[in-house]
Amino acid sequence: MKKELIKIEKMTKNYPIGGGKFTALRDIDLEFKKGEFTGIVGPSGSGKTTLLNIIGSLDTQSEGDVNVMGNSIRKLSSKKAAKLRSQHIGFIFQTYNLLPVYTVFENVEFPLILLGMSSEKRKKAVLEALEWVGLSDKAKSRPAQLSGGECQRVAIARAIVKKPDLVLADEPTANLDAENSHHILKTMKKLNEDLGTTFIFSTHDAKVIQYLRRKISLLDGKVDKDEIVNGG
Amino acid sequence: MIFKLAYKNIIGAGFRTWLNIFILSLSYFVIIALQGFYVGWQDDASREMKNWDFAGGQYWQETYDPYDPYTLEDSHAAIPEDLQKLIVEGEAISILFSPATIYPERRMRNIVLKGIDPDQNLVELPTKYLADPDNEINCIIGSGFVDNLNIKEGDYIVLRWRDKNGTYDARDIKVAHVFSTTVLTVESNQIWISLPTLQEMLGLPNEATIITIKDETYNKEFSGWQHKDLDFLLIDLTNMIKAKTIGSSIMYILMLFLAMLAIFDTQVLSIFRRRKEMGTMMAMGMTRPKIIQLFTLEGVLHAVLAILMGAVYGIPLLNHFQKVGMQIGMDAKEWGLSGLNDALYPVYGWKLVVGTIILVLITVTVVSFLPTRKIAKLKPTDALRGKMTK
Repeated sequence: MKKELIKIEKMTKNYPIGGGKFTALRDIDLEFKKGEFTGIVGPSGSGKTTLLNIIGSLDTQSEGDVNVMGNSIRKLSSKKAAKLRSQHIGFIFQTYNLLPVYTVFENVEFPLILLGMSSEKRKKAVLEALEWVGLSDKAKSRPAQLSGGECQRVAIARAIVKKPDLVLADEPTANLDAENSHHILKTMKKLNEDLGTTFIFSTHDAKVIQYLRRKISLLDGKVDKDEIVNGG
Repeated sequence: MIFKLAYKNIIGAGFRTWLNIFILSLSYFVIIALQGFYVGWQDDASREMKNWDFAGGQYWQETYDPYDPYTLEDSHAAIPEDLQKLIVEGEAISILFSPATIYPERRMRNIVLKGIDPDQNLVELPTKYLADPDNEINCIIGSGFVDNLNIKEGDYIVLRWRDKNGTYDARDIKVAHVFSTTVLTVESNQIWISLPTLQEMLGLPNEATIITIKDETYNKEFSGWQHKDLDFLLIDLTNMIKAKTIGSSIMYILMLFLAMLAIFDTQVLSIFRRRKEMGTMMAMGMTRPKIIQLFTLEGVLHAVLAILMGAVYGIPLLNHFQKVGMQIGMDAKEWGLSGLNDALYPVYGWKLVVGTIILVLITVTVVSFLPTRKIAKLKPTDALRGKMTK
């Protein structure tokens, strides 16, 4: 039986709006195990990004409990949350969020610098990560010199370079064409299989569905369906 | 780590970084150059005033007050024995003052008549011209005063004075030499003649008003005489330069303000434009204090790189000024500025350079830090969306 990585119980997230509040997520109960390749699907505004942000300790829930790798998200100080992200979680964003003045190598190296890894180990890990995503020849390029697909592959390399337990990807294929989307998903799936990294990503892209092993559908902030797909 | 990241970020920002660095380097340059000129002026003027007037200090007869012409007539006394010894050894000179009147071109001018030993070589006054030939009194006058009187070397002027008994007497004296000096305290409204001649004219043998000594450390006390050290004698110059320095600080405060504005603007713009970058850094596990450190350090690095840039063009330029001086393009005497030559030679001490660098670094650090305080309350989710947390 696989180890439980994330446990969400009766979680609700409200945002204050004017004098009242807007409920982005309500009564969410979910569990994620190590090595999952899960997609959170749903239309815009259904709460996908909010859920990922809370799991990633970038935000906190209003009610309920969220436990990520033994850490209760609401109880984490800003410093401890940063440590959790730095050591255990990788992020992939829709708009890649690469640091523009750094080269590909330096972008991928950044999370390792935050971990205080030695220069020699960093170099080895970065080259390995770039090889995984097929960008070894672009190590010295800057983000502005890359295509969208290449940028997203750099972002994946940056997310997995520290071999985290969990990678959270927010609409990773939304800005990519079909070919690049398939390439990215294949890469992520391969990393999931080879490294055992848990991938959770939000998407409303139909192309993505065929790669998922578990699909969680959100509708108006609630879990509509939670199903195992593709023989997961 | 932070340093490396900050360096990469500011170098990566390209032209804007170099423009800020250039403006900051100008601040260093202007502050050091201006202050260097004032230090140089003070050094020059002090040296000139010592060479021409004060030497290593003075003894004043106790009633002598340079700002009170009415007591001048009575400000004289017998020279103390110890000081007389110094005079004989060439370690001091005595000078006797007396109010007098001259009549150049039939106009009356009140002056101070000063008697000094023609053989002295303690001060730079060309007293050798005061050796009196038979039946004549030679005098020397500063060029500025000569121009004012409209007389020239070789002319005779009528001198009238009052001796110790209150009896008026008058004689023609010859302008034996016109000397040029930057020190107004030995020139304006005064005529120098031989000390023995003046002592005889006034009936005051072996008496003096002031005694100028060579040794700065000599400060023995004598009844009826007051020792005036160089700090006291140069106080007017020191105060004037201090006032000018304060005035000039407006110029470098402006320069500093301009540079700080550029840094502040860059920091504000940077924090505004790079919110997403901050969000990404937070997502990757960077803490807010580290991000604040990073952005503050980016600002401070401008000042550090400005030191290097400033050194590249500043050191040769400052050296050039030090060698050739700066022509001040006016007659300093007309401004009443004593000791000021035609050219100013700046002096740059390590205190000035290090002090300026520390001043700019502290100011830049504060200015760089201020806008980054916004980061302290920035939520990662807002930053990732490119929003600023209110």
